[in-house]
Amino acid sequence: MMKNRDLDYLSSKARAVREGIVRAIGTNNKGHLGGSMSSADVVTALYFYKMNHWPNDPRNEDRDRFIFSKGHSVLAQYAALAECGYFPVEALPTAKQLGSFLQGHPERDRTPGIEANTGSLGQGLSVGLGMALAGKLDQKDYKVYVIVGDAELAEGQIWEAATTAAFYKTSNLVAIVDHNKMQATGVIADMYDIGQVAQKFAAFGWRVLEIDGHDMEAIVDALDAADENTGQPVCIVAHTVKGKGVSFAEHKASFHNGAMTPEQYEQALEEIALG
Amino acid sequence: MIEMKKACPRETYGKELLKAAGEDKRIVALDADLSGSTMSCLVRQQYPEQYFEMGIAEQNMVAVAAGLALSGKIPFVHSFSVFLTGRAFEQIRQSIALAGANVKLVGSSYGFSDFGDGATHQALEDVAVMRALPNMTVLVPMDPGEVVEAVALARQIEGPVYIRISRTEMEYMPREYPRGTLLEPSLMADGKDITVFSNGLMTKEALLARSILAEEGISLRVVNVSCPKPLAKEQILDYMRDVKGVITAEEHSVIGGLGSAILEAAALEPKPTCLIGANDTFGQSAESHEELLEHYGLTFKTIVERARFLARRDV
Repeated sequence: MMKNRDLDYLSSKARAVREGIVRAIGTNNKGHLGGSMSSADVVTALYFYKMNHWPNDPRNEDRDRFIFSKGHSVLAQYAALAECGYFPVEALPTAKQLGSFLQGHPERDRTPGIEANTGSLGQGLSVGLGMALAGKLDQKDYKVYVIVGDAELAEGQIWEAATTAAFYKTSNLVAIVDHNKMQATGVIADMYDIGQVAQKFAAFGWRVLEIDGHDMEAIVDALDAADENTGQPVCIVAHTVKGKGVSFAEHKASFHNGAMTPEQYEQALEEIALG
Repeated sequence: MIEMKKACPRETYGKELLKAAGEDKRIVALDADLSGSTMSCLVRQQYPEQYFEMGIAEQNMVAVAAGLALSGKIPFVHSFSVFLTGRAFEQIRQSIALAGANVKLVGSSYGFSDFGDGATHQALEDVAVMRALPNMTVLVPMDPGEVVEAVALARQIEGPVYIRISRTEMEYMPREYPRGTLLEPSLMADGKDITVFSNGLMTKEALLARSILAEEGISLRVVNVSCPKPLAKEQILDYMRDVKGVITAEEHSVIGGLGSAILEAAALEPKPTCLIGANDTFGQSAESHEELLEHYGLTFKTIVERARFLARRDV
């Protein structure tokens, strides 16, 4: 894929990804709109700016790997993969239908471009760490990017992986926290406060960068800054808004996994087009 | 009976793993602070670049192994059976079995073999949970020779494998009949009245029971089934069609293990069957493995008793 730092181009791709998310959910079907939208800009920057990857050769050994540990938000990844040409954009509305290659949560063997089976929360960072360790053993230059949810940080396994990644100095591993401050059932700070995310990763020995996860320039700068090898894994805390880009879904736990009426569907597409 | 040669299966395993790691640089060993028991320490000492100490964090270890496998490595993951298959079950399910990842899970100290440590350390349901997973191959070696075969087979299989390794010494069992790979059941001794399907240490007990029963005119066929999953169903049925009854014997719960697998296979052609294993119970501490096997009825004596019952039963 071409690497293009043109921010207007990247913003247009982010709009395409958001449109793809909405089309994948359709009307009157429940879909994980909120978390897909909050991570859409980071996912766009990974696929259209940062990562080395080849849609016609999805398992190329030298590809950068991206794992969506918060697998329920995979619609953002499906939309990006389709936009990159891994499969037709027209396939997006088949997501979650019986027999579709686009499952409700990512499955490696069903969808080109998917690296791991995630969505059982807390596992993706460990799987990405394994890939990063393999890359170091093989003296490959690829990097592994893992998006984890902020509510997902309640899983103990995340901190097992954080300890191990620092111990093995996996500087080729980048965790990006989609810090949208919401869990499925409400506001994290009220429901189950996970504390200070940046400080926690720093205490575990990670190099931490903190950005506005909807500011495309900040995102690409942080992804570039993550390339510097300090012998530490890198955590980018991306402050985001759940449901970002669709006004009726923003900050709403009800759209963690919600259905849109036909009117809401049209409104969502309009708002996204206006960007 | 001639005293057979013995070996500690985990030591045999460690040597085989070391050999494999020397032959194939894609092989890596992971352990959660039990490498001195599981014997993955041999790789740590000889090939440190192929060893990952993962700390006492089994869930992360298993999922990291998935990532290593998905990037071309062949991870052998070690802990005690109970922690590996229990603590990390869901990681095994999602990140390994569902992905068909080429990870070898090696559970040490299975059954009652960690006799002193008690119920928390004794794995009596590991075969049940591993057997329930699609894509998983489950291997239960009956002796050190089969441990060697299990490592070789695990290397041949491109996908997830679970191997159960006992902590205590095992005798090398006689091999009178030609046998295929561990994937196939192997005839240990033929007979015409009752078929015993067994694995692990219980195969030795079944052969002992056979010699005792022969004097009473009861003829036992002993078939070792080292691979309860995938079960070679047709061969299993062939071994039970011509007998009066079936006994299964395993160092595992009677729920979900070899006995259950045999009953599932024979559902359309059922035979009166007795299941020998841990009877829906946890273990406890004892001063020896043998003491626990005796206490929970996992000896030739129970096989003899059940065989007498089946042989005298009117069909």
